[in-house]
Amino acid sequence: MNNVQLPKRHYLNADYNVWSWLLSTDHKRIGILYMISLTLFFFVGGAAAVLFRLELMTPGGDLVLSETYNKLFTLHGVIMVWFFLIPSVPTVLGNFFLPMMIGARDLAFPRLNLASWYLFVGGGLFTVWAMLTGGVDTGWTFYTPYSSTYANTRVMLTAIGVFVSGFSTILTGMNFIVTIHTMRAPGMTWFRLPLFVWAHYANSLIMVLATPVLAVTLLLIGMERVLGVGVFDPNLGGDPLLFQHLFWFYSHPAVYLMILPGMGVVSEVITCFARKGIFGYTFIAFSSLAIAVLGFLVWGHHMFVSGQSVLASLTFSFLSMLIAVPSAVKVFNWTATLHKGSISLDTPMLYALGFIGLFTMGGLTGLFLATLAVDQHVHDTYFVVAHFHYIMVGGMVMGYLAGIHFWWPKMTGRLYPEWWGRFSAVLIFFGFNLTFFPQYLLGYLGMPRRYHVYPDEFQVLNVMSTAGASILGVGYLIPLVYLIWSLRYGKIAGPNPWQATGLEWQTPSPPPTFNFDETPSVTERPYQYSPWTPQTAPPPEPELAAAETTSP
Amino acid sequence: MSSHVAHHFDDASQQFDAARLGMWIFLATEVLFFGGLFTGYAYYRTLYTPAFIEGSRHLDLVLGTINTAVLLLSSFTIVLAIRGAQTDNRRATIALLAATIVLGTVFLAIKGYEYSVKFEEHHVPGASFSLGETHDEAVEPRHVEMFFALYFGMTGLHAVHMIIGVGVVAVVCVLAWRGHYTSQYYTPLEITGLYWHFVDVVWVFLFPLLYLIR
Ligand SMILES: [Cu+2]
Repeated sequence: MNNVQLPKRHYLNADYNVWSWLLSTDHKRIGILYMISLTLFFFVGGAAAVLFRLELMTPGGDLVLSETYNKLFTLHGVIMVWFFLIPSVPTVLGNFFLPMMIGARDLAFPRLNLASWYLFVGGGLFTVWAMLTGGVDTGWTFYTPYSSTYANTRVMLTAIGVFVSGFSTILTGMNFIVTIHTMRAPGMTWFRLPLFVWAHYANSLIMVLATPVLAVTLLLIGMERVLGVGVFDPNLGGDPLLFQHLFWFYSHPAVYLMILPGMGVVSEVITCFARKGIFGYTFIAFSSLAIAVLGFLVWGHHMFVSGQSVLASLTFSFLSMLIAVPSAVKVFNWTATLHKGSISLDTPMLYALGFIGLFTMGGLTGLFLATLAVDQHVHDTYFVVAHFHYIMVGGMVMGYLAGIHFWWPKMTGRLYPEWWGRFSAVLIFFGFNLTFFPQYLLGYLGMPRRYHVYPDEFQVLNVMSTAGASILGVGYLIPLVYLIWSLRYGKIAGPNPWQATGLEWQTPSPPPTFNFDETPSVTERPYQYSPWTPQTAPPPEPELAAAETTSP
Repeated sequence: MSSHVAHHFDDASQQFDAARLGMWIFLATEVLFFGGLFTGYAYYRTLYTPAFIEGSRHLDLVLGTINTAVLLLSSFTIVLAIRGAQTDNRRATIALLAATIVLGTVFLAIKGYEYSVKFEEHHVPGASFSLGETHDEAVEPRHVEMFFALYFGMTGLHAVHMIIGVGVVAVVCVLAWRGHYTSQYYTPLEITGLYWHFVDVVWVFLFPLLYLIR
């Protein structure tokens, strides 16, 4: 290992001045720009969570006023959903690796990709500014009439920020779809695509088709507020349910924006660290598409108690149960991949295993919520909060961290410290469960979400949750420190430290500016780990192959 | 020719496919974007049918029809402009693109005139809204105001797309004049045409919904 060296020229040292980053159209550099901005947003959203978790240590309202509390959980929700979770895996890892995995030199529209980053950062900073200086108290869902008739905070400014960053999401999705269709290297057929790419394809469809509905919904709120005409306000002839329909028509598919890319990462990591081909490749690939399609048909499960008709509720309940099938298909296939694999528990694998467990918990409790009678009981309680945090944090954040660790050597050319990696992965898993498992119990016992005071008997569980959140916070800070440390002091990784099979590993780490010294030609399916065969393996010599088949 | 191919593409046809697919996906996004407004329109029209019919009667059917004809004609001229590029007929391309710009501008001018009339009649939603003379006494003015809010929202959003479209056609017209397009390379013209047709199709839906069904 001592003779491994960094390549002389690569995308990181191609140019050093600031503009070579800020005006770069290299998808790898743009991925890094996204990573830095997302990290900042993550810690802003996290800081809000620290404050309200502290408030919730005691039953009374000791730390902040109820208004401040409302602003804190709204800040947390808005930042985490739109400025961390939805962009996380696609804009960082997708940007960086999707072109490399299909053997392309860049995304189809590199300048549009850079423009997306500016829209994202512009919208994000504007939103953070609006929310820190004036605040918004509607919750991330912007429900009317909080956001219209009774709005007395910076709702419109925040909506504008989210609206602008929505265009960044749309452009990214469009770029990915076109890239996957038109930029594949010779031999990279659809069924040789890594599952990460399939997941991003399905995800991009949602980005492109759902995000504009959020944009128009925010536009309609603006119309109602500026013109004073009924759109959602019943006093003026509008219907507040229309808002919920439009919002969840976007936001339920958006839930899958916050899990599909993570599933893509897990498919890559599981098979690599089990040293075994993926079980049920086509099932996993098509289940991503099934999730994308069905995801558009289940939005009404958020409105079981909003006055929706019983027939509609029954239909949405049934469809919501149905969408559990493709998700379960993935979990079963991952489990089958592990079966009789030779598993090594490196950091990415720990995160991926964490993902599977926590996502399963979140998914199964989703079935509780899709059941009409049970939802009556736990609707808008901490049960719901725990459910979606198991999916979004237990799932997506774990998936993001799995991916960051898996591909860190490729992005930077250096390895992260393995012991610290494993330590913080275990710490995060433990802290996460201590934070959110008690919330299932709290919700089941009847504690509603979004209140800053609560009856005394809920205190023990709330203290447990806050203690867990502190551990979780420390768990997230450790990788921040050691990953930065590794940039300078980490061991040189070499091109393929995990002996993975994808195209991105068949080029130096860090990769050259155009990814490959020459366009790879793909000869193999992905994930051939036993025996190890990279996707670019040269075809067997014809005489040799013939000799093998004829000799007894 | 190869100068038109960006470094990350292998050849011109790959670049052309990418650009065209990109525009189609963008148009899919646009359909969903307008879709939210169409949903709102459909819902409230069902709830307040008499008020929406009343509102529709306050629109100028003649001007609406003229505008529809103008827009359909402009779609025809842009198709012929692309045909001009395909047959290396540069003068025809430039003239037809210019005609498209003129027709687009005429549409916007007529729309602007309609808006100004509505403004004078106090049909613009807001504090000064008044219905004036009504055809149907029983309708709730507030609900007619909702019709006008949707009318201005939908045609306004459409007009914004038209303004962008006229700008883009102007740019490709200048580039065509400078000789950028040949039968070998006319990708920008093709995708501008796609966009223009889409904006046209949106109007084809708006016109009957707002003006015709009374
Ligand atoms: Cu949902």
